[in-house]
Amino acid sequence: MSRFIKVAAAATAAMLALAACGGGGDTSTDTPAAKGSEADVTAALAKGGSLTVWAWDGTVKDVAAGFQKKYPNVKINLVSALSGDKHYTALQNAVAAGSGGPDVAQVEYFAVLQFALSKALANLSGYGADSLKSEFTPGPWAAVTPNGGVYGLPLDSGPMAMFYNKEVFDKNGITVPTTWAEYVEAARKLHTANPKAYLTGDTGDAGFTTSMIWQAGGKPYQVSGNDVTINFADPGAAKYATTWQPMITEKLVASIPPWTDEWFKALGDGTIASLVTGAWMPGNLASGAKAAAGKWRVAPMPQWEAGGKATAENGGSSLGVMDKSANKALAYAFVKYAAAEEGKDLRIKAGAFPSTTKDLNSPEFLATEFPYFGGQKANEILAQSAKDVVSGWSYLPFQVYANSVFNDSAGKAYVSATPLTDSLKAWGEQSAKYGKEQGFTVK
Amino acid sequence: MTTTVQSPRRPRDAAPVRRKPYRRGNRRSLTLTLLTGVVAIYSLVPLFWLVVNATKTPEGLLGSFGLWFDDGKFALFDNIAQTFTYDDGAFVRWLGNTVMYVVVGAGGATMLATLAGYGLAKFNFVGKRAVFATVIGAVAVPGTALAVPTFLMFSKMGLTNTPWSVIIPSLVSPFGLYLMWTFSAQAIPDEMLEAARMDGAGEFRTFLRISVPLLGPGIVTVLLFTMVATWNNYFLPLIMLKDPAWYPLTIGLNAWNDQAQTVGGQAVFNLVITGSLLTILPLLAAFLLLQRYWQSGLTAGSVKE
Amino acid sequence: MTDTLVVSTRRRSWAGWKFVGPFMAVFALVFLAPIGYSIYLSLYRNRLIGGNSFVGIDNYTQAIQDDQFWSGFGRVALFLVVQVPIMLILALVVALAIDSGRLYGKAFFRVTIFLPYAVPAVVATFMWGFMYSNQFGLVGNINEAFGITLPEPLSANLALASIGNIVTWEFVGYNMLIFYSALRVVPASLYESAEIDGAGAFRIITAIKLPAIRGALVIATIFSVIGSFQLFNEPAIMRPLARNVLTTDYTPNMYAYSLSFAGQQYNYAATVAIIMGVITMVIAYVVQLRGTREN
Repeated sequence: MSRFIKVAAAATAAMLALAACGGGGDTSTDTPAAKGSEADVTAALAKGGSLTVWAWDGTVKDVAAGFQKKYPNVKINLVSALSGDKHYTALQNAVAAGSGGPDVAQVEYFAVLQFALSKALANLSGYGADSLKSEFTPGPWAAVTPNGGVYGLPLDSGPMAMFYNKEVFDKNGITVPTTWAEYVEAARKLHTANPKAYLTGDTGDAGFTTSMIWQAGGKPYQVSGNDVTINFADPGAAKYATTWQPMITEKLVASIPPWTDEWFKALGDGTIASLVTGAWMPGNLASGAKAAAGKWRVAPMPQWEAGGKATAENGGSSLGVMDKSANKALAYAFVKYAAAEEGKDLRIKAGAFPSTTKDLNSPEFLATEFPYFGGQKANEILAQSAKDVVSGWSYLPFQVYANSVFNDSAGKAYVSATPLTDSLKAWGEQSAKYGKEQGFTVK
Repeated sequence: MTTTVQSPRRPRDAAPVRRKPYRRGNRRSLTLTLLTGVVAIYSLVPLFWLVVNATKTPEGLLGSFGLWFDDGKFALFDNIAQTFTYDDGAFVRWLGNTVMYVVVGAGGATMLATLAGYGLAKFNFVGKRAVFATVIGAVAVPGTALAVPTFLMFSKMGLTNTPWSVIIPSLVSPFGLYLMWTFSAQAIPDEMLEAARMDGAGEFRTFLRISVPLLGPGIVTVLLFTMVATWNNYFLPLIMLKDPAWYPLTIGLNAWNDQAQTVGGQAVFNLVITGSLLTILPLLAAFLLLQRYWQSGLTAGSVKE
Repeated sequence: MTDTLVVSTRRRSWAGWKFVGPFMAVFALVFLAPIGYSIYLSLYRNRLIGGNSFVGIDNYTQAIQDDQFWSGFGRVALFLVVQVPIMLILALVVALAIDSGRLYGKAFFRVTIFLPYAVPAVVATFMWGFMYSNQFGLVGNINEAFGITLPEPLSANLALASIGNIVTWEFVGYNMLIFYSALRVVPASLYESAEIDGAGAFRIITAIKLPAIRGALVIATIFSVIGSFQLFNEPAIMRPLARNVLTTDYTPNMYAYSLSFAGQQYNYAATVAIIMGVITMVIAYVVQLRGTREN
């Protein structure tokens, strides 16, 4: 046999052997609590060590600095990750490879279930995490406690509100809408008066869509163990689809992809006159759309029923401990610091929107004046929104995947004549197909 | 009025197989020049866009016409300074990484391709045909097919998130191998090698002393092309590297581009553009300065079937 | 000069392996081993619920019936038959123009048209992406300046062509250089006899130049074919600008990438990639056979 072939065969055999050793783990529906107790945490802090943290949120830098000052024998290696999909990809890769992952990771609320289920995140109730329940608002707490365990502590939250450009509204005689029907009307009025302006931008965003359905009381996802039901014909989803359809059909939404420089420019010069999104938006507006400083205001999220008070969460993340971490107790200490102790105050000071009830109710917090909003005390509206979040919402155990293919199917509504109801159904079907392939029982 | 019968051989020709350029009279065509000029403009417009927009402030970027300067504000030097200092000099670190990947990766790839091309051209050995077929066949395999298995393999070997995960895969250049093979076949006469062997010189010595000097233009060509490939490498580092300290420039620029999507994150589009400009300058310079080598290298190594 | 010795001047021994060895060793590690591992992966399935299990050719049968895969494949096949000829013909025409000796400043053209090759795909896509924008990019500026409405480059109908434009921009210079280098080594004697025969410029091109560089044409075509089937960088980098058009399964490579990294379905991704690899190799081989068999 030629030497070349021998070498190749040997290399291949070696790789196969390594692969067989690795193997994929099976998963059960709940993870036993991390072996350990509160005493372990104190011990770990005394001992010290080093932690790797993967987080893209800018405020975590301050937290890491504060933590290291308080506990000088702990070193934090903060890796400012690529955000969004790439961050989760890297986490999943590290879990699949069995190594190379961090001790602590930032995980958005929609992704917690997926990582908890795949046992990537450690169950923190053993360290006393469940005693912190009362400190956090219900929405975020529910998101980090699937299946009875605690898989992270909430960092910030994203109760929704409507951010709008008051100057544009005034110039075009638009009153601030309080219901979605009024919102659609306002969109028509604005675009007719100024064909270059749009009430809002929308090119199809999974987070926005699920949050809208959430606010409408829809429950398209029902999860119980390994049984998953996906139903976009659900009344709340249908209500959203039919109400929002005219925005797309009549071209009342700007088709500028979000988070691009064009988008920020549009926010700055009035081309996009409002955004209905999470409470974390002010910071991004202030840094990305400086041209409109002082011209925007905050109002409560438009309602489905006149006089209603329902809202939903959009975005927001938690900080979790990776199951493969070599120093889970110390990692938990950092997470607790960041979410419930001094770290939280550092973050709020740096502009994060809190998920803790005490801070949301604190008078100074509520009295904060936002220069970008012309001195408006926006936190009053945002804090109220946090209290009005509709309960009972659930994400899929594979929401990260589902969101990543949102535009493949649901996106069709934005570039063709397919109605939103049909394209959402297609999204549901694509998600269901994936769920079945992954071994879930999907109806 | 002079008529030249034979165009003078240009003194800087190095490759032995250079033919005299065929001159069909002096009829220069303006039309043809203009038409070719259209293609040249096509090639240059995006680069011009890059240069122009690197002089703009973030606000100016969004406010002014895409293909001309922002009146009154020339922020190129500010942008450059900011690019180098932003985020504790991350750009400088990335630049250093890229240089390292290029020197080790492209340098290594050139060495391996030169050795192997020479071996294929000048020796007969068992399995030679299989080698060529496999290498060319491997080029047809999609990079993504290899990416995940390579990633999984490397993580079991503990190589991911280290510079090796980027360097090792860049050491294999099938194009370089092919080029060096054809170049060696043409540029090195067998008789020379025979003479050296009969003098008792070992194979490797012969290679270094006699063959390598003759392979000059080919080596430079392969070096330049592998340099481009490693400098512009995007996909593999994207999946292999997590720690920004090891990013090459391409991934770093991409991360800056993504940055605005974070709470309290800063939109730094002007730095992305300026950074992009700075990223392509070294390569452009290398190509411009080393023109004579790669042009003769490609000529001599060109395929004749 | 020994003409009595009929021994081959090339050593038939293992010496060749000393030179080829290092390359092949790394090659085995970064190409062959992953291919082997890919094949292994394609025979298994690892699920969130249930873990890893052997499934034989199930992944392959699934792939063959997978609409998403075939629509992506159809797209790159279309891309191939349109973009590759356009790019290569353009490269050829420019190479012929430069070689004709009838240009003013041909060194300038040679260099400038080649420059785009040195630009990383990230930067190229970023530049063109911004120019394509019909709100604030070049298309938008032109719309405003002339009061017209150009079609959107990133709409469903035009997206593939827009990407084709970027790929053409990036590689026309590279291919032009390959052709030009091949043209440079055409023996002058051929031209002289043609002139004696009174052949016109066009005839010289078709009868002498093109046949002489046939090898370069074939190689350039093969590399372009392979590149087209593997299309990934440009649409993937441009995705954020047009998520609804540039879907995650837009090209087979993007599909494999999304399966691997978004869906964590490594096994199925490996299957898709292997099928694409086989198809690509077959077609490249066919091109090579046809290209070298003619005349």
